[in-house]
Amino acid sequence: MLVIINYGLGNLASVLNMVRKVGGNASVSSDPNEILSATKLILPGVGSFDYGVSQLHSLGLISVIQEMASKGTPTLGLCLGMQLLAKRSEEGQLDGLGFIDAEIRRFSFNSNSTFHIPHVGWNHVSVVKENPLIPNDGSEQRFYFTHSYHAVCSNEADVLAMTEYGYPFCSAYSRDNIFGVQFHPEKSHRFGKALIKRFLEL
Amino acid sequence: MLKHRVIPILLLRNGGLVKTFKFADPKYVGDPINAIRIFNEKEVDELVVLDILASKEKREPNYDLIEQFAGECFMPLAYGGGITSVDQARRLFSIGVEKVSIQTSALADQDIVTDIASRYGNQSVIVAIDIKKNRFGQYKLLSSATGKMLDQDWKEFLKTAVAAGAGEILINAVDRDGTMNGMDLPLIELAVSACSVPLIAAGGVGSLTDIKAGVKAGASAIAAGAFFVYYGPHRAVLITYPKYQELIELLET
Repeated sequence: MLVIINYGLGNLASVLNMVRKVGGNASVSSDPNEILSATKLILPGVGSFDYGVSQLHSLGLISVIQEMASKGTPTLGLCLGMQLLAKRSEEGQLDGLGFIDAEIRRFSFNSNSTFHIPHVGWNHVSVVKENPLIPNDGSEQRFYFTHSYHAVCSNEADVLAMTEYGYPFCSAYSRDNIFGVQFHPEKSHRFGKALIKRFLEL
Repeated sequence: MLKHRVIPILLLRNGGLVKTFKFADPKYVGDPINAIRIFNEKEVDELVVLDILASKEKREPNYDLIEQFAGECFMPLAYGGGITSVDQARRLFSIGVEKVSIQTSALADQDIVTDIASRYGNQSVIVAIDIKKNRFGQYKLLSSATGKMLDQDWKEFLKTAVAAGAGEILINAVDRDGTMNGMDLPLIELAVSACSVPLIAAGGVGSLTDIKAGVKAGASAIAAGAFFVYYGPHRAVLITYPKYQELIELLET
């Protein structure tokens, strides 16, 4: 069973809703035992980095997620959930899960820039490597974003997709069974449906 | 490059969908669930639902109904109306709402904006600002719950809302509401100049050209009600939304 990890942050209902829309099912849980028996994991999340990490700690889920990830369980982080897969964030002091060698940094523009923070709205995603989630065939890929921080990968091979907002940033990354997307597939119409469906089919 | 958003605003009144004229005279335009389903099929960028009686009647959000809305929304959903606490915001997020829109509570005390933003992030809070011209033609802050114009400087209020943690500002030109006579472009320009976060402008959209003008005035997003629920000179109720290609050609070329 796919488990959507409930750690008190994130629009769990939207993610579950989308999973069901594409014909799948999932349980929403913060129970370590249930998570340990999952076939796949989704780590959603909206909020601040340290609050997210401390919530995972207080529920005893850090080691649980690490164990599942090292077993090869397909794991998908959404928005803050993506950021938590990285090693660290400029937004906080606590360590992330560390599956992806990346740092999360705040958008940075010149003071005369017309780009606002947060980056809110629909934007294009350019796939840069073969992957099972988003077609790398040049087809239109448009997703809904709302965030102030973005990932900077140490290993270029981890970058799955790039998006342009003032400058190009990493909007999706992956390593083996670990996937993270900065946007919200659960709120991105048919583009998001396709992504979630592909994740369910892994 | 980011695309500008075009956002239908749906007004809830006693569980039904209405459209107002200059914030008065609400006309019933249909069942909200049905409308949301149609907007979802049309792949709208985002949806804003405002309960226009909740704050007036000092009532909490109608969570059951909003949960049904969220179940139909495969795009971001913002809800406003009657939110007075972080816990209410938490409950809304937990049933599938992405953003809460705050006005009445923020007019009393911006702490609620800070509290929600610090817990759930700036992107989860919109502060909604309604502006009406007084008899001297000056822009004034309006409390939509009481219908009263306030003395407080509206641009200062906007700035304090952003400083408090609002991730977006929704500015509505009350005198243009429901008129479909075009947006208040000078108001949008003034608001943009005072606003360091994305600005959603509403009020007066009657055509695609009006949307383009609002974007040119600097708004990050344009919201509209009547334009998406009325059709033709006799204002027949018909839910419409421009095709994506139409919006691209309109706004990005």
